[in-house]
Amino acid sequence: MIPLNFEYYRPETLADTVDIFDKLDAEGKQPMYYGGGTEIISMGRMSNLTTGALIDLKEIADCKVLEYQQEQLVIGSSVTLTQIHETNLFPLLSQAGARIADHTIQNKITLGGNLCGTIIYKETVLPLLLSDSQVFIAGPGGQRTVPINSVFKERMQLGKGEFVAQIKVDKKYVSCPYVHVKQTKQDKITYPLVSICTMAVSGGIRAAFSGVCGFPFRSIAMEEELNDRSRSMEQRIDKAIDLTPGPILADLEGSMEYRKFIIKGLLNSIINQLEE
Amino acid sequence: MFQLTGEGLIELNVNGETRKALVRPADTLLFALRERLGLTGAKPGCENGDCGACTVLVDGWPIKSCLMLAVEAVGREIQTVEGLNGAPIQKAFVDKFAFQCGYCTSGFIMNCQGLINIHPDASDEVMQEWLQSNICRCTSYQEITEAIKSVLITENT
Repeated sequence: MIPLNFEYYRPETLADTVDIFDKLDAEGKQPMYYGGGTEIISMGRMSNLTTGALIDLKEIADCKVLEYQQEQLVIGSSVTLTQIHETNLFPLLSQAGARIADHTIQNKITLGGNLCGTIIYKETVLPLLLSDSQVFIAGPGGQRTVPINSVFKERMQLGKGEFVAQIKVDKKYVSCPYVHVKQTKQDKITYPLVSICTMAVSGGIRAAFSGVCGFPFRSIAMEEELNDRSRSMEQRIDKAIDLTPGPILADLEGSMEYRKFIIKGLLNSIINQLEE
Repeated sequence: MFQLTGEGLIELNVNGETRKALVRPADTLLFALRERLGLTGAKPGCENGDCGACTVLVDGWPIKSCLMLAVEAVGREIQTVEGLNGAPIQKAFVDKFAFQCGYCTSGFIMNCQGLINIHPDASDEVMQEWLQSNICRCTSYQEITEAIKSVLITENT
């Protein structure tokens, strides 16, 4: 049971969505966009949710797209992780999404919801960071398409009333060699101890991480160290780990030292696979 | 634009019938099915998306009804265990003794039915991936696996 009362709206166009957000906001209802809703419902049940209105994005035509348009794969923000996995148009993204929660919940979680939620792991962002994806954002100020590497800084940096409508991935990236590894403490279905997505692009390795710091990230500085073949494998990995963009997590999933140990082992295996 | 701004009647397509339910926008589909429509086959367990006891099919896909608002289901086709009417997977659960206390059974059956509908030729790997969405505290996993495999095999031959 969710004790909180709120209103529910399900617009069908981007314009209607922005209009209803503005109206509800002006009425002081603190509207919130709603994707798959798994996180919002869980928060609501625990009374950790403050909103007077939910705006469901799942019937907006632009947010339901999943297809190639010219040389870009366009994925609407309301596309579920299951749809991404079943169509398998971007195998690395399919694989990363298929390790989030369990299969039934993947039928509900949307790409936009995973990217914009409050849970820190957001593992679907990793392949999108590696592939220099573009994010199509709609909001009261109009529409804009921006590189994900500029708009995702620890979390999606959206203005008031803005929402992610689509992700666009250049076709050249979807078939790049890749390795995805999600290491958990014990169970298969749980949050990651460490989740790593890597992609081989133009002779170099790109790497993005979740579960390492308090936010998912791709670090160019770390990639430069990982790709420095003048050093030994151990040196490359040690130097890269020294450059994480935040403190390495120490929590119930694992201590900082244990995480470092796991990351080293995984990166060693991954680099060997990609450089074969 | 569909909207529900307070407690009101919504129409749900459940097991092939149009049913009216009085709900708040914050009510879950699980609540509406059980408390408004009398369909108690979907069970409340964790109500946090972990156990799968509340699984129903929405447009053919297994969904944990504790993690779906009732208003979200307007315009979608919902199937609960009551709508299966003696499907082969139900008989298989009996034949293979795939339950002990039975509390998780309807959720497991609906997940299995979704798999049978969508991937009737599912590999063992796919089957395991799907079944991991549900928990049986009596640990009847082996028998449940045998039940679903018997239906997948039956339908493939």
